[in-house]
Amino acid sequence: MSTASISPGRQTLWRMMRNPSVIIGGALVLAVVLMGLLAPLLGARDPADISPKDRNKAPGYETTVRDSSGQKVPVVYRLGSDTLGRDVYSRIIYGARISLIVGVSVAAISIVIGMAIGVLAGYVRWLDGIIMRVMDGLMAIPAILLAIAVVSLFSAGLTSVIIAIVVPEVPRVVRLVRSIVLSIREEPYVEAAITAGTRTPVLLVRHILPNTIAPLIVQGTFIVASAIIVEAILSFLGIGIPPEIPTWGNIMAEGRSVFQLYPHNIFYPGLVLALTVLAVNMLGDGLRDTLDPRFAKRL
Amino acid sequence: MSQENVLEVKNLTVRLPKSADRTNAVEDISFTVAPGEIVCVVGESGSGKSVTASAVMGLLPEALKPSSGETLLQGEDTLKASKTRLRDLRGTRMAMIFQEPMTALNPVTRVGEQISEVLEIHTDLSASERRARAIEIMEAVHLPDPEKMIDSFPHQLSGGQRQRIMIAIALVLDPALLIADEPTTALDVTTQAQILKLIKEMQERRGTGVLFITHDFGVVAEIADRIVVMQNGRIVEHGDRDDVLRRPKEPYTKMLMASVPSMTPPERVPRTGDMAVEVSKLDKIYGRTGWLSKDRIVHAAADVNLHVRKGETLGIVGESGSGKSTVARCIARLIDPTSGSISLHGIEIANLPQSQLRAHRRRVQIVFQDPYRSLNPRRTIGQSLIEAPVNFGVPKEQALQTARDLMELVGLSGDALERYPHQFSGGQRQRICIARALTVEPDVLIADEAVSALDVSVQAQVLELLDDIRERYDLAMLFITHDLRVAAQICDRLIVMKKGVVVEQGPTKEVYSNPQHEYTRLLLEAAPGRDVTFGSDTAA
Repeated sequence: MSTASISPGRQTLWRMMRNPSVIIGGALVLAVVLMGLLAPLLGARDPADISPKDRNKAPGYETTVRDSSGQKVPVVYRLGSDTLGRDVYSRIIYGARISLIVGVSVAAISIVIGMAIGVLAGYVRWLDGIIMRVMDGLMAIPAILLAIAVVSLFSAGLTSVIIAIVVPEVPRVVRLVRSIVLSIREEPYVEAAITAGTRTPVLLVRHILPNTIAPLIVQGTFIVASAIIVEAILSFLGIGIPPEIPTWGNIMAEGRSVFQLYPHNIFYPGLVLALTVLAVNMLGDGLRDTLDPRFAKRL
Repeated sequence: MSQENVLEVKNLTVRLPKSADRTNAVEDISFTVAPGEIVCVVGESGSGKSVTASAVMGLLPEALKPSSGETLLQGEDTLKASKTRLRDLRGTRMAMIFQEPMTALNPVTRVGEQISEVLEIHTDLSASERRARAIEIMEAVHLPDPEKMIDSFPHQLSGGQRQRIMIAIALVLDPALLIADEPTTALDVTTQAQILKLIKEMQERRGTGVLFITHDFGVVAEIADRIVVMQNGRIVEHGDRDDVLRRPKEPYTKMLMASVPSMTPPERVPRTGDMAVEVSKLDKIYGRTGWLSKDRIVHAAADVNLHVRKGETLGIVGESGSGKSTVARCIARLIDPTSGSISLHGIEIANLPQSQLRAHRRRVQIVFQDPYRSLNPRRTIGQSLIEAPVNFGVPKEQALQTARDLMELVGLSGDALERYPHQFSGGQRQRICIARALTVEPDVLIADEAVSALDVSVQAQVLELLDDIRERYDLAMLFITHDLRVAAQICDRLIVMKKGVVVEQGPTKEVYSNPQHEYTRLLLEAAPGRDVTFGSDTAA
């Protein structure tokens, strides 16, 4: 038999590669990742470079600047400049780095923490009530208020922003993992493993946790998307990443006061932000449909 | 016959999607249902019996397309009917009842409204007239106190009452054809007997033609006028009930009839081996009063005493909620008993903490009911089989060798170890589960409804395998089942449980021939087709 040992995992992978949402969303996400990684190669200049004479220029504005050796070189402000004369194009490109760092690290940290707590809550029955009430409490804290508190306690910066977004995301992961653990622990194959004398840690890792991977990948992409948005909101409100670091939220915040005259300062970063979040969500939807068809109908 | 047939299925073929394992779900099938006649379509899983019913009702899923033939309902082809026409026909001229009465009823609507909904759609009756009709039909299906029950929600009714509501909904407009798709499979045996009686009564009184789909030959014997036997989408045999059940012509039907376990227990020698399991005064109470909520307390097992000797099979029979699985799971220590004693070869394990319990785990193994959920889908058969021995310190190579030998013992090849569970059928998976239970050489094997999910022919083979293994390894076997036919064939002794209490125990033969307790008598009488010996006249 030629299909002698096709593992269920491999079949899923194959299905995934043929799903249009996965392909389109994945390609767009990849483009944003490459954009962040290859920023210097994409014609981006120093995003912090101030040029007082070229303030608030429209997209496509061309001028010349002197480089370090005193030579005059032509430069193009592809997407215009902001109120300090910084190149919006370069700032958007470099801003992708911050968005991705925040998105991915928030997702990774909240999944790791959420998974550990969720397994405890789902498997150790007497801890369940206590853990879940604490999680309910955490869920009641709005990310933005928490961010203001964290920033005023420590300082505005990447770490504070990540902490502020992770805290309210963790309970969502805990709930997901707990519900999966609760249903899987009743499966006969888990009971069979118990009668086989499998120790609890092995039982969890071998028989229960693999079932959480697919939903967690899906949940992870949604966390990435929401973290990117929350980071942009925080930066826009001035309580996130310090203004000297280019992030999409910061660019929009700076463009806000002159929005009616120079809309490009908000329009372009906003467009990139929307596209990125859409791409991540599309990828997530596609992964959900292929990884967990049962789950697909529920959400 | 002068009477026109209610249903005439002519050369019906329904194609399956390309990816399926055969080309047609049903192929070139023809049969008829006359008014006032019950035709049973019987077959094993995947034989196409439900597809046939769905085709008639116009309920086939998108992926399945009837490619030829016709299904004539009083002369009108339902395959060609438009959606609007089908909607008119459903309820008025054909109606269907399903297997699971809980999911077939809307949980958030009162049952009375669900009955009147049919009337609202198809008639011009006023609200009060509809209510009167609903009460009338509820009386007709013998629901107690219809005036009160009409305002109940489905969850307030028992399974049998829900199925009666389903039948009321189906019959309220007096359809010419009633399709019943495994209507009693989800019900307990005593309830099943009542529902079968009701269907028969309704059909006789109203002259309805009934197309009854089932896998259970006991039910067939109880209810059928004529029988259509299906296999792999084709009709194998077709005839009057007694002809098919007693004098089957086709080899497949003969094989099926031979596989149906008889209700008469064979003679058995009492076992005198050492005591393997002794349970005394076992109690299990579910639910507790917490500090935030007051839960309901369920006494799932109360003062249960039993013993099993080596080489002996003890059957625990009872309906759902009788506590039979609770007892088994306490013995395997999958759940902790509330009080009482469980001793394995004289060692008390009822209160052992998890850490000390581990050494005893290997001595009690379980085979579960659902073969599709008993194997981890992500692990190969080999990985599943060597898990237990490796846990107990057997070197991997040696464990693999044992696994290979055991696979052969249960009738599968050794290379199956490389494969994943989804590549096996239900019966094969159950064999794998039995092999897995044997890898640690247990003393006690618990079979918790281990053959209940299997088709009758596969069931016979797995029962034979279990009996063979018990003999070979001198195992003490605890056989939990709701199926009195299966219990009759495999158990040396029986205990009968009801609501957590053992109501009767004794050697199988005695319990069957001379039941002492009222409830045991009730159970035995309710067993469908108890008087029919299948395929009895074939030899003659």
